[in-house]
Amino acid sequence: MADGSVVGEAVTEALSGFIRTDPDFWLNVLLPAVGQGLLVTLLLILCVAPLGILIGILVAICRVYAPKPFSFLAKLYVIFFRGCPLLVLLFILYFGLPSIGILLEGFTAAVIGFVLCNSAYNSEYIRGALQSIKSGQMIAARSLGMTKKQAILHIIIPQAMRRAIPGVSNEFIYLIKYTSLAYFVTVVEMTMAAKMIAMHYLAFIEAFGLVALFYLALVSLATFGTNKLEKKLAIPGLTAVKVKDPPFRLKKGTKEPRKIK
Amino acid sequence: MSGVPVLCVENLSKQYGDLKVLKNISFKVKKGDKMVFIGPSGTGKSTLLRCINQLTKPDAGNVYLNGEEIVHSGHKINEYRQKMGMVFQNFNLFDHLTAVRNVELALLKVKKMDKAEARKKAMFELERVGMADRADYYPAQLSGGQAQRVSIARALAMDPEIMLFDEPTSALDPELKREVMEVMRKLAEQGMTCIVVTHEMKFATSFASEIFLMEKGEVIEHGVPADIPTSPDFKRMREFMGAYTEE
Repeated sequence: MADGSVVGEAVTEALSGFIRTDPDFWLNVLLPAVGQGLLVTLLLILCVAPLGILIGILVAICRVYAPKPFSFLAKLYVIFFRGCPLLVLLFILYFGLPSIGILLEGFTAAVIGFVLCNSAYNSEYIRGALQSIKSGQMIAARSLGMTKKQAILHIIIPQAMRRAIPGVSNEFIYLIKYTSLAYFVTVVEMTMAAKMIAMHYLAFIEAFGLVALFYLALVSLATFGTNKLEKKLAIPGLTAVKVKDPPFRLKKGTKEPRKIK
Repeated sequence: MSGVPVLCVENLSKQYGDLKVLKNISFKVKKGDKMVFIGPSGTGKSTLLRCINQLTKPDAGNVYLNGEEIVHSGHKINEYRQKMGMVFQNFNLFDHLTAVRNVELALLKVKKMDKAEARKKAMFELERVGMADRADYYPAQLSGGQAQRVSIARALAMDPEIMLFDEPTSALDPELKREVMEVMRKLAEQGMTCIVVTHEMKFATSFASEIFLMEKGEVIEHGVPADIPTSPDFKRMREFMGAYTEE
């Protein structure tokens, strides 16, 4: 114990008051490594987010509209994958499945784990949105001869997804940050890349500070993007979002509504 | 007017728990008929309309559209529903679509028309209800009367043989009521077969070719509106209408 604290003190002493400023370290060591990691992080997000939303929609539809056995299965899905800690889920996929003969690469295990977790959370936001659509919308669609499937696809989903944007984008931001957990199943994403440099060069504040900035940038970008999307999809006259354009399209240079041919 | 019934309702019954909402309702609708159902709230008038186009499954009885039985028609009901346009008390326009998109959506997805054709038809129907100049507006930007006219155009676009109006003016103020009723009268003049549920007594008597008074799930009196003031068959009807006009 005494040895440990002596070493600890020595390390603390060695590190204190020292932040690397040499351009060679920043430009040729840290940035390339973290940049490489960033690419992997982006790739993870790109693989997970669309699937997470798509499966989230399907699970939510099953819960709201499918007959009993299917809606029950969907409910179990949500209970399990929302209830299981993400790290434990990743460990099961990566370290556990080989014992029943399924060998997954780290990246694949991470994508699967993230999709399962992300879609379970998304489905709850989307379920809430689906249930908030007035029943008259479905009834009117059916009265025109649409099948239930058509009504869900063309009437309910477009309206519900608009309402789900704030929740789903919240989940998207979580996703950006919990991709760092892929580190635990050997994926060299941004956090892992930074950690390797940090250990090797004893440059913790530099490496993790930079990574923190990168995550912040990603999250800011996502926030900006989803806000833009929300405004773009706002329903004129209905959604309480400030829209720059007038609530209906006007003929150029007049106050007359535009005629449709 | 030909004598072939467009719609034939036989012994229609519906029950929610212990509450009998419809009890053995039967009537026939010939082409061009304007059947108007009046009666106190909660007597099953709206349920009747919904049991006709099977938005609500009746417990017993049959509905025939042009002689074809539709209660047990399975998936074919989607075809039959196109022939029975429905207009709702709360309009139920699709909130995320402009007026013209509301009208053309079912043309594209159900009738599988191509885009140009559907747009042309949708604009024609909007013109018919005097809403062509608001084609690009979203439902939330329309007044109640305008929204209801768009919803009538939406139903008309499917070329229905019969229109079902479920209290189309109940959510509107008197002035907006008038614009919707005018559209309905115009349709009737063009020979459209209509079944209307309404609380507008004046409109009911001037519009109907046959008027029905419903109470507690049953038709208790029916006949030609001209007979209402004098016929002994219309005792309860006079009472009911009197209660309305006194206000």
